Amino acid sequence: MSVIEVSHLRKVFGDNEVLHDISFSVNEGDVISIIGSSGSGKSTMLRCINYLEKPTSGQILFHGRDIASGDIRIPDYRAKVTMVFQSFNLFNNLTVLDNCTLGMRKVLGISRHQAEEAAVSHLATVGMDAYIKAKPRQLSGGQKQRVAIARALCMKPEVILFDEPTSALDPEMVGEVLNVMKLLASGGLTMIVVTHEMAFARDVSKRVIFMDKGVIEEDNTPDVIFNNPEKQRTREFLSRVLE
Amino acid sequence: MGFFDWIIKLLSEYWMLFLEGSGYTLAMAISGTIIGFLIGLIVAIIKTTPTDPSVNPIKRAVVRFVGWILTVYVEVIRGTPMMVQALIIHYSLFARIGIHPLLSAIIIISVNTGAYMAEIVRGGIISVDKGQFEGAEAIGLRHFQTMFSVVLPQAVRNIMPSIGNEFVVNIKDSSVLSVISITELMFMSKSAGGTYVQFVPAYVICAAIYFIMTFTVTRLLRLVEKRMDGSDSYVICGSQSDYHSMIKVKGGDDGCR
Ligand SMILES: Nc1ncnc2c1ncn2[C@@H]1O[C@H](COP(=O)(O)OP(=O)(O)OP(=O)(O)O)[C@@H](O)[C@H]1O
Ligand SMILES: [Mg+2]
Repeated sequence: MSVIEVSHLRKVFGDNEVLHDISFSVNEGDVISIIGSSGSGKSTMLRCINYLEKPTSGQILFHGRDIASGDIRIPDYRAKVTMVFQSFNLFNNLTVLDNCTLGMRKVLGISRHQAEEAAVSHLATVGMDAYIKAKPRQLSGGQKQRVAIARALCMKPEVILFDEPTSALDPEMVGEVLNVMKLLASGGLTMIVVTHEMAFARDVSKRVIFMDKGVIEEDNTPDVIFNNPEKQRTREFLSRVLE
Repeated sequence: MGFFDWIIKLLSEYWMLFLEGSGYTLAMAISGTIIGFLIGLIVAIIKTTPTDPSVNPIKRAVVRFVGWILTVYVEVIRGTPMMVQALIIHYSLFARIGIHPLLSAIIIISVNTGAYMAEIVRGGIISVDKGQFEGAEAIGLRHFQTMFSVVLPQAVRNIMPSIGNEFVVNIKDSSVLSVISITELMFMSKSAGGTYVQFVPAYVICAAIYFIMTFTVTRLLRLVEKRMDGSDSYVICGSQSDYHSMIKVKGGDDGCR
């Protein structure tokens, strides 16, 4: 059974229908890249999956159960399907270490000592364990994003949603973050990644979803999407971004 | 006798009055600011509790109703002079049930400060970047957990200058509470000047003492702000395998694991 299934998802802001009837499913260990032009609804879809936005209609199923049904509490669900943002959103008042332990202590109820131990090991995974005492404002963009990824890992999530994790970074820092993401992908983590990094979408993901104007235009393997797309719109989009 | 001679004479004869008056003034200003801040914090937390459709309807109704009452409190208190509030509340209620005027004054100044603080704290909360809430929500923190661990520490830091402002205002404006027979600094200065009908020298002393108090408080709060900001440097801890090659960038306690 799929870990996450998005079923007939619609989202309307005012009278602007941003997502029309989105459906797809994600299996355990899948790395799915979402590509598409600006304003096509990629972030909104990801935010609906994390329930930061409430779907107007349709369902998000987690292991087959509708997350809106009350079977699972939204905060507990979010700890399992957590999110990494373009703008990092690290807690500015806390050190790197406390950024990582806060969720474990408050949401998972882990003791401070154990949380710190786990946090240091996840920070080591992203190469940031030397910076446990630093505050976010003292870090570079790439470092912040790696800490944000460690913070997400600390929740022992089943899925991590990434919303353009490298778009706010200077070009020389993009690589360090993508390397961490590749490492997680090869470790079997389930990931849904909204990205403009076509090389990542092509080389790392198992499936690529192309979104256009609030619908899924094409959902295919990277090989088909990049070498022989079925849809004209996919072809047009890729020729624009890959030139 | 010259002006300065009067100042010295008044000081040497009535220093006890000035001291006692300053004591009352400081007692009212300090407790009023601290308790008022706590009131403002509670009011602002309640007023920024989400009431969107995803919240359960009973909780939403309660939050809305309490929020409405708090709005009335804030508007009425901010819209009327503290002196008038003191006269009404003290003589119609507190004096009748035998509450000491100082306690009465502290309650009044706290309730008054609370109304202003409520709006200051609310402003601090809504000025914290929305991403801070989302970053916390996205890993499963609940609204109040986010509030206490992430948002309020940042909001309070950002409103420290305004809190300092309220403190200074309280030091000066507590003088109106002499209407409920508090022998604060302003009242005592008037008494000290009365014996020889030398009011101007007495008030000059009074002004100097007010200035010393407000200036000291402003400086102290700056120091508190600096403490809250923490140090500008941090320690790079060697990696786990390389525990002993710890690089110290600056400063004492390194806290490496
Ligand atoms: N909170 C909101 N209120 C109203 N409209 C919104 C809101 N959030 C997004 N939108 C609208 O929804 C549409 C899709 O936005 P979204 O951010 O999901 O696009 P995107 O594909 O992520 O674009 P980008 O690549 O630029 O990040 C846009 O037209 C945007 O203006
Ligand atoms: Mg987006």
